[in-house]
Amino acid sequence: MAHTAKQKDYFPYLLLLPASIVMVAIVAYPLFETFRLSFTNTSMSPNFEYVGLDNYEKLMSRRFPEVIARTFYWMSLSVALKMLIGTLGAVLLNAMVPGRTLFRILVMPPWVIPIAIGVFIWGWMYNGQFGMISGLAQRIGILSGPFEFLAYKNSAFMATIVTDVWIGVPMVTLYLLASMQSIPKDLYEAAWVDGASRSYRFRRITLPLIFPSIATMALLSAIATFNSFDIIWILTEGGPRGATTTMIIDTYKTAISRFKYGEGAARTVMIVLFLGSFTLVYFMLLTRLARRSPHNAA
Amino acid sequence: MLHKYRWYEYVLIYFGVAVFLTFVLAPFVEAFVVSLRPLSSLFAIPYRFITNKMSFDAYFTMWENVPLLWRYMLNSFFIASVVTVLGLICIIPAAYAFARFEFPARNSLLGIFIAVNMFSGAVLIIPLFKLMQQYGLLNTYFAMIAPGTAFVIPTGIWLLRSYLVRIPKELEEAAWADGAGKIYTLVRVIIPVALPGIVVVTITAFITAYAQQFIYALTFNSVNELNPLPVGLFQFFGRQTVVWNELMAASIVGILPVLFVYVFLQRYIVAGLTAGAVKE
Repeated sequence: MAHTAKQKDYFPYLLLLPASIVMVAIVAYPLFETFRLSFTNTSMSPNFEYVGLDNYEKLMSRRFPEVIARTFYWMSLSVALKMLIGTLGAVLLNAMVPGRTLFRILVMPPWVIPIAIGVFIWGWMYNGQFGMISGLAQRIGILSGPFEFLAYKNSAFMATIVTDVWIGVPMVTLYLLASMQSIPKDLYEAAWVDGASRSYRFRRITLPLIFPSIATMALLSAIATFNSFDIIWILTEGGPRGATTTMIIDTYKTAISRFKYGEGAARTVMIVLFLGSFTLVYFMLLTRLARRSPHNAA
Repeated sequence: MLHKYRWYEYVLIYFGVAVFLTFVLAPFVEAFVVSLRPLSSLFAIPYRFITNKMSFDAYFTMWENVPLLWRYMLNSFFIASVVTVLGLICIIPAAYAFARFEFPARNSLLGIFIAVNMFSGAVLIIPLFKLMQQYGLLNTYFAMIAPGTAFVIPTGIWLLRSYLVRIPKELEEAAWADGAGKIYTLVRVIIPVALPGIVVVTITAFITAYAQQFIYALTFNSVNELNPLPVGLFQFFGRQTVVWNELMAASIVGILPVLFVYVFLQRYIVAGLTAGAVKE
């Protein structure tokens, strides 16, 4: 069996080769390049110089801290809404009522369709003169005249969040629903026999048991929301007056619209640092969950 | 009984479901209604949701007014398909390695692959742009396909691995004992048995690739003929005065293919997604 033992040595690595090549070429090497470019003044022309920490100093002195704060504010609001609506949705779709299979199918479309196309539709709905939201609000009498949602700082900020929530909610709902359904039925039966009320059963059985799923989902949503580009770019391009400029949008504008690749790269390094710390939390959570129930995670 | 609801609980549940589904589905209804309304009635004041002059005209006129619409749709489909195929070529062997073999650094390598999930195309857009520029790859299909592929691989590995670990080991050990090579065993024994899992990964990869083409095409491509649907529509309707009913009609036509895929295969999609990973 000597030859099989020898085979064992390289075979798994051979299997990993195609994926590794793509990862090195598209992720690892570009990441390294970003790091290198962040110390240069590179721009449109092929010539550039190393400028040390200049790009990073610019980040500290300008409005960048404001962008960071806005990004986290945007992200927290969006994730909180996604988790709240997603949990409520999962509870509703978990109810044993006629039609529930159909309801479950109807939840997913925002996840299935191209994000950009979903955003076009929201763009029309936010139109102040002729869009659905402003129109219906006027009909009902909430608004006295047309309201251009994307034209004002606060409403544009909220509008981008609502669209982000709309795209993210189906996944949260589905995931939490699956988590609820994996709870053993006899737990509920036992509690029911003991005379526990429905809300008591929810608080004492459902909620604690799906909490790990909620935590995982919140973290994954946070990462996805942090990276959200299409929604903001199509709706507002980061405006009005920077009200919806998150770190991703700011980086894109700096590098791709204004050709300041070096400064953009420094911003990207900051983003990678934030995402890296999310990742660390994610793995800590995964190992925790794996220790608690070896079949679910890992 | 445990699941017997009182009448007011039924009312509460159905009311909640109605509100929830209204939020989820209202944009689709709005898009459909707008696509049926003549342009003149869209810009009427006061606002009306439905008019009495509804027609499918926009679905016919849009092909003339957006001359490249067919091309955009084919491009979208082509890019997503190639991403899916390339993704599978990378995902299947890698997932198999992580599911079945013990080797040094296995867990840390798996961790690294999964960590890539944390990044999106948007994060790496600058160095990727620089690299594509340097190698003369801007304005090619390749520039839109390569990043897409990289970002469907981690989820795919995670999904398929959790499927593969459930397949009994005896199956391939029997094949090895019969003297079958390891690659032969993977192709002839494992892949057929894992087909349901591979189908899930294929659908998820395709939907992801179809849904997330926007930023790569927007940034790496300026040749209109090569644009996928989202960027094609974005550029076209951005430059023109917006013909909303035609934009909505084109959007609906662009949504339909994936919606069909979803409706027919939703059972597998839901089962597969909840087994492990998450795309957003």
